[in-house]
Amino acid sequence: MAEREERRFAEVSRDSVKLMAESAGVEVGDEVAALLAEDVCYRLREAAQNSSQFMRHAKRRKLTVEDFNRALRWSNVEAVCGYGAQDALPFRPAKEGELFFVEDRDVNLVNLALATNIPNGCAETMVRVHVSYLDGKGNLEPQGTVPSAVQSLSEDLLKYYQQITRAILGEDPHLMKVALLDLQTNSKIAALLPYFVYVISGVKSVSHDLEQLNRLLHMVKSLVQNPYLYLGSYVRSLVSSVMYCILEPLAASINPLNDHWTLRDYAALLLSHIFWTHGDLVSGLYHQILLSLQKVLSDPVRPLCSHYGAVVGLHALGWKAVERVLYPHLPAYWANLQAVLDDYSVSNAQVKADGHKVYGAILVAVERLLKMKALSLSKPAEGGVGGQQGTAGGVLGFRESSPGLSPPPEPLSEAGLGIASHLQAGGAGCPWEDWTPVPLPAMYCELYSFFGDSLAVRFSTGPELEGCLPALPCQPADARKETVANAAAGLDNSRKMPQLTANLNISPRPDGSPHTEPPPPSLAATIPGRPFARSSSSSSSVQRRSSSSRPGQRSAGPSRDVFPKARFPPPQAGPPSFSFLIGGRQMGRRCQGRRFQTSFGPQPPLASLPPRAYAHKLPVIGRVSKPVRRWTCSHYSLHLPL
Amino acid sequence: MAAVQDGQVESDAEKETKPDASNDVAGNSSGGARSMSPNAASSASGAAKAAAPTGPGEQQTLLAVLQFLKRSKLLESVDILRREAGLSDELDESQTNDGAAAGSGAGSQGEGSVDAASLLRRVSVGGAAATNIAATTTSKGAEDQPDVSIVLSAYSQQGDPALYQVYYSGLKNFIESVLDCHRAELSQLFYPLFVHMYLELVYNNHEHEAKVFFEKFSGDQECYYRDDLRVLSGLTKKEHMKGNETLLDFRTSKFVLRISRDSYQLLKRHLQERQNNQIWLIIQEHLYIDIFDGMPRSKSQIDSMSGSLAGEARREANKAKVYYGLLKEPEIEVPLDDEDDEAENEEGKPKKKKPKKDNLGSKNKKQDPNAPQQNRIPLPELKDSDKLDKIMSMKEATKKIRLGPDTLPSICFYTFLNAYQGLTSVDVTDDSSLIAGGFADSTVRVWSVTPKKLRKVKSAADLNLIDKEADDVLERIMDEKTASESKILYGHSGPVYGISFSPDRNYLLSSSEDGTVRLWSLQTFTCLVGYKGHNYPVWDTQFSPYGYYFVSGGHDRIARLWATDHYQPLRMFAGHLADITCTHFHPNSNYVATGSADRTVRLWDVLNGNCVRIFSGHKGPIHSLAFSPNGKYVASGATDGRVLLWDIGHGLMIGELKGHTDTVYALKFSRDGEILASGSMDGTVRLWDALKAFDVETDDFTAATGHIHLPDNSQELLLGTYMTKSTPVIHLHFTRRNLLLAAGGYNSQ
Repeated sequence: MAEREERRFAEVSRDSVKLMAESAGVEVGDEVAALLAEDVCYRLREAAQNSSQFMRHAKRRKLTVEDFNRALRWSNVEAVCGYGAQDALPFRPAKEGELFFVEDRDVNLVNLALATNIPNGCAETMVRVHVSYLDGKGNLEPQGTVPSAVQSLSEDLLKYYQQITRAILGEDPHLMKVALLDLQTNSKIAALLPYFVYVISGVKSVSHDLEQLNRLLHMVKSLVQNPYLYLGSYVRSLVSSVMYCILEPLAASINPLNDHWTLRDYAALLLSHIFWTHGDLVSGLYHQILLSLQKVLSDPVRPLCSHYGAVVGLHALGWKAVERVLYPHLPAYWANLQAVLDDYSVSNAQVKADGHKVYGAILVAVERLLKMKALSLSKPAEGGVGGQQGTAGGVLGFRESSPGLSPPPEPLSEAGLGIASHLQAGGAGCPWEDWTPVPLPAMYCELYSFFGDSLAVRFSTGPELEGCLPALPCQPADARKETVANAAAGLDNSRKMPQLTANLNISPRPDGSPHTEPPPPSLAATIPGRPFARSSSSSSSVQRRSSSSRPGQRSAGPSRDVFPKARFPPPQAGPPSFSFLIGGRQMGRRCQGRRFQTSFGPQPPLASLPPRAYAHKLPVIGRVSKPVRRWTCSHYSLHLPL
Repeated sequence: MAAVQDGQVESDAEKETKPDASNDVAGNSSGGARSMSPNAASSASGAAKAAAPTGPGEQQTLLAVLQFLKRSKLLESVDILRREAGLSDELDESQTNDGAAAGSGAGSQGEGSVDAASLLRRVSVGGAAATNIAATTTSKGAEDQPDVSIVLSAYSQQGDPALYQVYYSGLKNFIESVLDCHRAELSQLFYPLFVHMYLELVYNNHEHEAKVFFEKFSGDQECYYRDDLRVLSGLTKKEHMKGNETLLDFRTSKFVLRISRDSYQLLKRHLQERQNNQIWLIIQEHLYIDIFDGMPRSKSQIDSMSGSLAGEARREANKAKVYYGLLKEPEIEVPLDDEDDEAENEEGKPKKKKPKKDNLGSKNKKQDPNAPQQNRIPLPELKDSDKLDKIMSMKEATKKIRLGPDTLPSICFYTFLNAYQGLTSVDVTDDSSLIAGGFADSTVRVWSVTPKKLRKVKSAADLNLIDKEADDVLERIMDEKTASESKILYGHSGPVYGISFSPDRNYLLSSSEDGTVRLWSLQTFTCLVGYKGHNYPVWDTQFSPYGYYFVSGGHDRIARLWATDHYQPLRMFAGHLADITCTHFHPNSNYVATGSADRTVRLWDVLNGNCVRIFSGHKGPIHSLAFSPNGKYVASGATDGRVLLWDIGHGLMIGELKGHTDTVYALKFSRDGEILASGSMDGTVRLWDALKAFDVETDDFTAATGHIHLPDNSQELLLGTYMTKSTPVIHLHFTRRNLLLAAGGYNSQ
């Protein structure tokens, strides 16, 4: 026996034969058992050999029990029953002794019979044809992979689809939440994706119902966040649905009581989310989006709410988008907006209110633009990859901070004035240094000419920038628009918001003085973006501030002194960790970004003061009727609920 | 004494078949076929045997009979037999020096002291082997049993078991020490000698010695014999040998070796010097050494041809004339656009199943010199619907894309989804309108791949109500209520391993593990006939390109030729030593190719049942075959993942296509024969440049000697590799416009 073991065959031992014989009631001697054992081994091998041809002819690689049974049957041996399952049978040893057995668990028939999840029958066998290779070349569909939707829509899936859509579009908010959560985590709904996308594309038919639109947008969000779904070209369709919500003059917008602004804000957030997470699936998506936004913006016939959508959309896509599309377009757009805002007639009240919304949105967008640009300029050396990530991170952080439709969490809101972007920029390098059509000072000049003080207030957290403005004459701005020529001196009051001059008691020339101060040339290169690193510079800025003739700034002065520092509690530890945390558009990175945000959450008490200090001034920009408190929300609070 | 009677039956059968053949030639389609059937079918193996020319084997049988008669003092009978067989006295005594080692062995022993009974036994075995009675094993059942014991008893004479190792290693040392040029040739001896010596040891109950012998020398054997060695190693008892078919194959057939005369002399001298009788005996009894004059072959030459279960084919086995040309297409009035009518016919040469035509040589425009007589095999007459279909296919053919290395075909893949029951075979109609699948759950499913749904004919009662004069009567007979995309055919009781559409799309054949071949009507979607004959699983079946005939082959090692209107086979092609795994009709319907698990491809003449070609060279069971559209070449694919190309006319291997990593289950030539597509278990479709592969000139020397030189140019010939989506490719089909369709069942497991 022992010597035979070298032959790499399964052996049936003499003892086994004896046992079997005993169980059959026959007594066999050792010799007989040995002979029998050997013969059994041989017969087994023979049967295995024969069964392999059944496997080959069935064009399989896996030998099944069925194959073996056929071989047995053809050699006139009874087949072995009970092992026909397709799955592998676990073969396990008993604890004591060298005994092995096939596990055969008891099945509770009662449970099986009463089970609610009745297993569905096999799907119908069918033939499907697909063109795999055209003229010998592979088509666009990647080959060599498992088809994504092998099964056609089974009844179960259909039922799931119906339930989910009903829950989401239904009345019960709790059900909706459950459905959305499932949509976000379910791994088996790939086959349903086109159906959901189709449902979502139905936004156009419910443009009168804000609630439904909202729910559909939530559905988009869930789908986008589902890690098991490969959206592929459906991204385009989703984006177009979202864009519809952002840009179209929805039927719901007619009633001023409807808060379609929130919807647009949320849709814009969603757009940026889709773009940053799935933008790589569709080539040229970014430019397409920009193009359509630009088109809306440049179309004066469109209602203001559409313009508002375009602005928040651009803002959501990042400051680069703002710089490329919104900024160059601003002068032209300004005239229209101003006309609206200048009209005090009663009939215009509603439109004017809308105009204020647009104004606020633009303001937020350009502020961020200025801020990010300033920061980007400040770190030319750190450029490269970090720079791109910086922008991405900026947008991501921005998105992350407001995960839902609800207003952003309070901690951030108090920080105000683009704290997020500022923080992130602290660690980010300069993105796309080469693409700078308008130098920062000129840009600031021009923007200032539009927004005047309201802009300056917001920008003042990076005061050094003002210092650098005079260093560079405003030639570009001059070239572009002669009316802006003296903008630096704040002379062009006529272009400012009428409300600012009319309602405010502040001087229109707050920053005039800094311009006269020639700052050290080195400052322009080194200062911006690093307020926390150099307390001296910030103090100098404070001096400058205090020297300015602005009454409002007086009170804000000391707080501003604190402000930059307070934002970064451990100033020294800051930079390295920032540069790491802010980062890319990857999921993992995003989590980092979120942690980053929360780590700064506790500071609002410190930061809460300054915004409030000038908050009282802000209401005049927006709706005067609204409580002041609302405006103290984060820097994007402008386009959050009123 | 069964063997002796066998011999007489054989000669009788030979006489009977002759009138048969003439009948066939003369008769019309149905009549001729009917006349073919009774005799041929009744003398089942006779048909096959009669084919073989009166070779050395048969002569031996006769000699043995004579000996027996002499011993029994039946002198009158001796005279009669001698007269009838035309044997002269001296032939009786002396040996035919045809190089048959077995013959000389038998003769010398006959003259010697060995008694006639044992001689008879051995001679009858030799005779059986020479005429390739593979039928012995399974089809005849009980009748075989004496044969088996005779076969095995050939091992009864034995030497000292302990010396076997010495013998073998002595020979091994000798072969390793000879000149390089001879070594490769003589190395061929190793495997057969090894197996026979091992079996002798086992047979004589020297289990231990056998084991030691096996372990010592099994490592020396060529790697492509691994599977056989595995079977051998499991076999350690005399009792086991009785039921083992692989072994019986080895015994019943002589292992054929081709060795140059020089090498052979060398070997002979060595064995005589050493008095190495044991080996000499085995060589004489179980080996057939085909001696040729000239240069010894190289190792690669030998390797490319060896690998089959019974060695290489004998040279004379591939000498018969094969009419591989295509039949002339009947003239059909083609109401086509104004184009050259003759060219049209040329274009339309394809019939339905195999619309293959020769674009390489347009010589067969009128009558190919290599083509068989138009009525060599009676073919069914064309019906009107056939003619219509032909016209359709001609029209399609004019829109055909001309393929080439630069213009590869587009590939569509038909995936069988949710085929949990296991897809085992696929076929597509010639016009690509229907696709059928055979499944392991015994069902056959037919799908329409065009928008036209499948409909049944109305019931008889309803048919009575139809206005039979109506123009659209063919439309009216269909029952609209039954229209559906697919139909399921129930009837088999085992996995359906082979299916084939008839060229006119009216019938479907399916062969199954249950041993039957079934004919289904695609008008009524019912089973029409169950052809019983194979008593074992039928691995494959295929319709003739002209319909009416079909061929089937299976586990019983016999391919059968049937006509749809006969419940018994018309011909039985016996000779393979293991399962017939695939069957294929030649485009001219006069020949049938079969691939087998014995690793050979055989070509059979439908007219007389002869085996006209034996192609050896595959190293694994053959699972796919394809004829080139011009009928000149055949390609075969095997489990070793290689595709081999054969020139039918010369009987030579002309190409080897390496690339697949798993069994090649599907082969197909494009409509013009420029591209060969191969589909495999490894989930790829590969396209090969067939024109270039066939572009090898065969000189007379090669043709005469059969020594081939294969260029190793697989990579150059490979035009593309195309991945499927985790789906093994089990069928390939070129549409009439040269679009490649592939099919397979997706299975996530």
